[in-house]
This record gives sequence, C-alpha cells and structure tokens, in this order.
Amino acid sequence: MAFLNHSKVPVHRFDALIIGAGGAGLKAALQLANADLKVAVISKVFPTRSHTVAAQGGVNAALANVNDDNWHWHMFDTVKGSDYLGDQDAIEYMCRAAPQVVYELEHSGVPFSRLKNGKIYQRKFGGQSQNFGGGQAARTCAAADRTGHAILQTLYQQNLRKQTHFFTEYFAVDLFRNKSGQVLGALAFCIETGERIIIDARTTLLATGGVGQLFKTCTNALINTGDGIAMAMRAGIPAQDMEFFQFHPTGIAGKGMLISEAVRGEGGILINSEGERFMERYAPSAKDLASRDVVSRAVATEIQEGRGCGENKDHVWLNLDNVDPETVKKRLPGIRDLCLTFLGIDPAEEAIPVTPTAHYTMGGIPSNRHGQVIMPTQNHAESIVLGLYAAGECACVSVHGANRLGGNSLLDILVFGRAAANSMIEYLSENPYHKTIDAELIDQAIARLDRWDKPNNNVNRSINANDQEEPVYQNDNVALLRDELRKIMEDHCSVFRNESVLQEGIDKLEQLFKRINTVALHDHSKIFNTARVEALELENLAECAMATIVSALHRHESRGAHTRMDYPDRDDKNYLKHSLYFSSTDQPEYKAVKTQPITVDTFPPKERVY
Amino acid sequence: MKFSIYRYHSESTEQPYIQAYELADSEIDAGMMLLQALIKLKAQDESLSFRRSCQEGVCGSDAMNINGKNGLACVTRLADLKQPIQLRPLPGMPVIRDLIVDMQPFFKHYNDVKPWLITKDPEPEHEWKQSPEQRAKLDGLYECILCGACTASCPSSWWNPDRFLGPAALLQSARFIIDSRDQATDERLNQLDDAYKLYRCHTIMNCTQVCPKGLNPAKAISKLKHEMLKKKL
Ligand SMILES: Cc1cc2nc3c(=O)[nH]c(=O)nc-3n(C[C@H](O)[C@H](O)[C@H](O)COP(=O)(O)OP(=O)(O)OC[C@H]3O[C@@H](n4cnc5c(N)ncnc54)[C@H](O)[C@@H]3O)c2cc1C
Ligand code: SF4
Ligand code: FES
Repeated sequence: MAFLNHSKVPVHRFDALIIGAGGAGLKAALQLANADLKVAVISKVFPTRSHTVAAQGGVNAALANVNDDNWHWHMFDTVKGSDYLGDQDAIEYMCRAAPQVVYELEHSGVPFSRLKNGKIYQRKFGGQSQNFGGGQAARTCAAADRTGHAILQTLYQQNLRKQTHFFTEYFAVDLFRNKSGQVLGALAFCIETGERIIIDARTTLLATGGVGQLFKTCTNALINTGDGIAMAMRAGIPAQDMEFFQFHPTGIAGKGMLISEAVRGEGGILINSEGERFMERYAPSAKDLASRDVVSRAVATEIQEGRGCGENKDHVWLNLDNVDPETVKKRLPGIRDLCLTFLGIDPAEEAIPVTPTAHYTMGGIPSNRHGQVIMPTQNHAESIVLGLYAAGECACVSVHGANRLGGNSLLDILVFGRAAANSMIEYLSENPYHKTIDAELIDQAIARLDRWDKPNNNVNRSINANDQEEPVYQNDNVALLRDELRKIMEDHCSVFRNESVLQEGIDKLEQLFKRINTVALHDHSKIFNTARVEALELENLAECAMATIVSALHRHESRGAHTRMDYPDRDDKNYLKHSLYFSSTDQPEYKAVKTQPITVDTFPPKERVY
Repeated sequence: MKFSIYRYHSESTEQPYIQAYELADSEIDAGMMLLQALIKLKAQDESLSFRRSCQEGVCGSDAMNINGKNGLACVTRLADLKQPIQLRPLPGMPVIRDLIVDMQPFFKHYNDVKPWLITKDPEPEHEWKQSPEQRAKLDGLYECILCGACTASCPSSWWNPDRFLGPAALLQSARFIIDSRDQATDERLNQLDDAYKLYRCHTIMNCTQVCPKGLNPAKAISKLKHEMLKKKL
C-alpha cells in the first residue's frame, strides 16, 4: 500500500456530529441546537430527500383522540408484536414518550389530518388493541397518507430556524474509533467536489436509516444501503438481530412501491384467487389488521398453495370496495397517486395487486434506550461505546424485536433521536475536550476510499490469481454486483427460510465478496462522481447482507419475521435472546432480552394469536 | 429505445455536449419509468450522472427537463415519450455535472420565506386545535417535494434568479400564511412586499403545468397577492 498523507485532509471540529438527516437525525439535531451546541449534520442527499419522506400511514401515540387508549396498551401491543424479542424497558420508555413527541411535532407545524373537534386524526393500524389484546385501537396519528413527508419537512424547517450546520450531499465513509474503543468522529467526502474532510467530534450519532436495498424488490429508496450499520461493523461493533427483516404484506406486486397498512386501516381487505377473504382463517379476530409478519406469511402461503391471483398466480388483491371513494381521496391521496402512476388504476374502483415486499430493518447497531451504542466486552455484557450513539432504523434498541408494528418506526426515530441527543448533551458537559485522532485510523479510512481510485483491479488479480481455480471476472462492474447481491438475498433469505437455502446463499455471497474486492471503477473523477458513491454503498450492502444471512442461519427457530421451515416453532428456551454478529467471525454471539420494564410488570412470552 | 442526453463534466470537457445512448428493447418492460432506463444506461456508462432516491415521486431528487418539459424521471413513463428522448438538466440553474444542477439558490429562496410555523401564544398542553375545514386549506400546499421543476420552468425566475423568489418558495410562503395556527402573517407579507420577491410573477402558469405533484403554485401566488391587497386596504 502506498503511503498516505492524511495531513492534507482538512479537519472540522464540532461538539456533535450527526450522520443522517432523516427523522432521527433531524430530531436529534434540533434537540442539540436547542442546547446551544456546535452540531454538524451530514447527509448524502438533501435532508428532505431522506427516506423518512416516504412514510405514509402515520405515527403511533396513545392520544385517545378517537377511542379509549393509553400507553400501557400500546406497550403490550408492541411487546406482543415483537414476538417478545423487544426490550421491555425501551418499549415502555417509547410508548410513554409518544404523546409528547407527537404534540411537539404538531406544535412545530406538522399538518396532521383533523377530527371534527379539531384534534389530531388517528387511524387503525395492524397489531393495535385496546385493553391488552381486546378490540381494535386507533392509535396512528396521520397527515393523510403523507405523514413521513410532513414530519421530515417540519423537522428540517425547524432546523433551518435554528441554523443547524448542514453538510449536504456529503458521504460518510468510516468512523474513527481509537484503541480504547472511543469514537472521535468520521471521515467524509463532499460528493459535489470530491473533497475529503475529517470531522473531529466529541460525540457522533449514527442515524443513517435501514438497508432495504438488500433485496431485489423492496419498498425502500435507492439510498437505503445500511451505511451506518456497516460503518459500525467495520469499527468492531456488532450488528444486532439482523435476521429480522420485515416483509410488508402489501407492496405493489413486481414493482415494490409500498401500499400502506393505512389502506387496510381504512377498511381495505385482502382477497385470494377464489375471492376469499383469507385473513379470516389466519387471524380470526384481527383479520387483515393482524401483525405484519402474520399477514405476510399468510399472503405468501396463499400464493405458494396456488391461490395467488393474476396470470402467474403471484400476488393477491387488496380490495377497497368497502371504503367510501371520498375517504380514498381524502385519507389516501398518495396511495391513489401511486396506483394511478404505476398501475394505471384507481384503487377506489379496482383492486391493487400486492405481495410481501422487503420493507424494514428491525436489526441494527445495538443501542439502549438512552441512544448509547452498547456492545459486549471482556468485563461487561453491555459496555457503552464512548462517544457513539445510534438512533432510527439503523439502530436496534430494540423496541421492534422480531417484528415491528406499523406506525412504531416514525415513533422510534423521534423518541430515540431525542433521547440520544439528551445523552450526548450530558456526555459533552462531562467531557469538554477533544481527543487526538490516531493517524493510523485516518489512513485506514482513506485507504478504503483510495482503493476505488485504482485503475484496474481485475488486471492485477489475473496476474496473481490461480487461473485454474478462480475465474477472473473481467466484465464485473458495481451495478452488476449490486444486482447479483440483491438477487442472492431475495432467493436465499426471504419470507420462508431453511438451512440449505441459507447456506447456499452464504456460499454465493462469499464468492461475491471476492468479486467486490477486485472490481474497479472506470470513472475516477472528483466532481459529483455518483459511481464512487454507489461503489461504497455496495461494500456497505455486502457487509449487511452477510450479517443478515449468517444470523438467519444460526437462529434455529421461527419468531416474528424470521420464519424457518425447518424450525417452525418459536423456541423461548434457547432463542429468547438477541443475536450479535461481528464481521470478524462467522458465528453470531447472543445476549439476553431485557424483559424487565422500567415501572410496570413484565409481559411474559405467550402464544401470539390475532 | 434512443436517448439524447446532455453531458457536462468540467474535469474533462470545457463545453457541454449531447450524447446519444441506446437501450435494447429486451431491457425495457411494459410500464417502465424513465428513471429505470437511466439506471440501466448508467450500468453501461458509469460516468453518466443524475440524482435519484425514492423511485416513486416523493423525494424530489430527479427533476430534469424531459423532451422539453420539466418533470420527475421516476414517474415519467417511457412509453409516453417521443424518441429520441431528450434529457437536459433543469433550465436556468447552474449545472454541476450532466443532469445534476446546483440547487443552492433554489433552497436559499426557500429559506428566505421562513418556512416554519411561527406561533406567539403560549403552547397548549396538547395539540393546537384546527378544524378539518381549516386543515383542508393546506391541501395542495404542504405536499410540495421541493423538486424545483416549477421554479426552473418560470421565465421570471430565469430573468431574476436572485430577486424573484420563484413559485416553489412562494408556495411555501402561502402554506404558512394560510395555516390557521401560524401567527406571523403580517411579517410574512411585509417581507414579500417589494417589486421583485412576489410581484415578478406575471402569471405565466408554467409552474402549475409542470408540477409533478399536481400542485398549483400560480394559484398560491395569486392568493398571496390577494392577501397583500387586503392588508393594504
Ligand atoms: C415506503 C415506506 C413507508 C413507511 N411508512 C411508515 C409509517 O407509516 N409509519 C412508520 O412508523 N414507519 C413507516 N416507515 C418506516 C420509516 O419511515 C423509517 O423506518 C424511518 O423513516 C427511518 O428514519 P431514519 O431517520 O432512521 O432514516 P432515513 O429517513 O432513512 O434517513 C437516513 C439518513 O441518513 C443519511 N445517510 C445514510 N448513509 C449515509 C452516509 N454514508 N453518509 C451520509 N449520510 C448518510 C441519508 O442521507 C438520510 O439523510 C415506512 C418506510 C417506508 C420505506
Ligand atoms: S410546487 Fe411542484 S414543481 Fe414546484 S417544487 Fe413543489 S413539487 Fe416541485
Ligand atoms: S427519485 Fe424521488 S422523486 Fe424521483
């Protein structure tokens, strides 16, 4: 390796660095700005283009605006929804904080839909109940079906008001984590100019969102490549519960755009090729509004057993016959737009073809309810990684456990964005001085970037490689490898899993890793080089893919979104525990679930019926 | 399928040029959107640059000039486009590279209208009350995705990029003035009251014609002018 001269890279100093300007990052930034700290927010896209913008249905809070509700019922639903893998202290904290964060949002300007009495409109969503498993609750606060857009823009606007310092269209490459385990900032580069910068920060928050791009068909934006999770793994921090990836029951078949649960909340129902409302068989009381994992499995089963609709019998219908066309226009205008644009149909008149679609990353960077990143060390099962925080979809607190409830993610990003910021404020007041970042750390991060500026790795490889055994992929390029990766994950790590299919997937991924290590870019330009961005994203995706599939292979049970055909039952005796995948080993470690809430009694694991 | 795409890359060429691209029919599915085609072209030629993210018309990343009209690549059907499909960066904005423009001036104007709720009364314990009718007035205003298609289609913005705020920013201004919760209407209107910021709008209506979200900035602007008049009387 050529010798690197990091001294040329300019250094920017901040009290706090926030990587990611989705809901989680912006909520944290606002909280920090209110405390008069020097904060930098970096985002690879303009903040309002972050994926939070796409959230449709709404955010959960027991406001009881529509019918009776309280945070404790919300907590019960969340624990049950998580298939008992959620940490109950964090879930209690989140559900208690929910009303306040929603009111804060409203006060900041979110244009929530309204009830006749002027209060915030709340709709029914899956997995919600009154009175610990009783009747259907209406807990999801909505701004039509554009809630994420409304929340993200409002948070951005409030940050403008506070003059938060944005590094817009900067790409974060790697964290600086020193030998004693403390995080001191990150290396990033400006996408527009190619200029590299060192951000020297006493605290760093990862708020980089999920990794939906792991799968060929997904509801996620192209930028959701798990960068923060991969950055943490490269810094020696494990990824938690990555085997739990949510497949949303209703993505537009073959295309992936999400059709929000709000459609079923407003009265839409799922129908198979026989015209049967099949959810009645799988979830007699909650029916179409059962938990997402339950509905997704039901849809997948209907399709597998030959009751799928359409020419290829590869989807089911989401039927809105029971919903007043005016309600469709007023409460679901965005969904209607999507259907008109991508399917050429008006959902008020024609059923929507849907199929389970990769949607949400339950796993992520292990953190606690204070937003601190935690990992096992020799002395302690849960040591705090000093200086590092995580919030939002990239984090695993874990409030979603094995299956997230709809409407709980927007809540998660707000509650834990704020909690992380509060912890950062406390830490900053106790740790007033910056520490020196080791030159070695900087060199390593820069080397990862420089690797993509080398002319042609394929050629180097053909000289070194043992030609007979290892084919040389002269025609590889980043786009091709990304497509192959997403296909491997779709084929080997989808709704239904088993040992041999997962193992085969791992073997294929290992081959793919070798090719990623040798593939080269042709475009080495500096100015707005999106090819370089995509190459770095591919590396991040690959690390998240391995974490996901290896964790899935080793969990010998079915729980929440993780369904093993070869281990069809939940196994609380052996697997009521979180998995922790370290990229340095090929077998996950485990840690206990926190079953003890803060003030109330534990909800012990029970069979889940909806 | 044939494409003719504007290329500009200051590191290797001084002048912009037009490059022809082609996609085999086998690569094109029924109902495919332009963005998918661009992604396939980028797989052929990784130097071709454009912004994109959500792929469903909600994030505002991929506004560009498509066969002479501004729109979002991700919600523009290939089948509806005449070939060769002519792609240019948004007009009137400085080009950074290929189809990527510098949106900073656009966002500066956004910032200029103070796009945040201003309230003066002490905050209630729960939500500010707003009737469904008051809330309905925000429909058609709050949904803007800041894509820039409107402002980049507006001759008044091309001629006075610094001083005329442009349709997108004015739409935002209206969004807050009309919000029953906002208590800064007078300040907002005063701030708009000069010869340029608002009054350079000559109702050319390009903005409304191109908005991919079906919003009507022209109507919002005339509402602002009306409010201004009301205030003066
Ligand atoms: C279609 C859809 C609908 C949904 N609907 C709902 C709903 O109705 N209710 C609900 O509760 N949840 C919903 N969700 C889930 C929810 O929207 C997301 O989980 C949540 O918005 C994630 O927010 P975030 O702040 O963690 O991340 P994001 O909003 O994804 O933001 C990530 C940020 O990180 C930045 N970033 C990432 N990598 C880098 C890097 N390397 N360098 C610099 N910056 C980087 C990005 O630029 C971005 O700013 C939905 C999700 C989808 C996909
Ligand atoms: S008003 Fe329409 S065209 Fe203009 S920025 Fe907003 S969404 Fe884009
Ligand atoms: S990619 Fe988001 S609007 Fe087109």
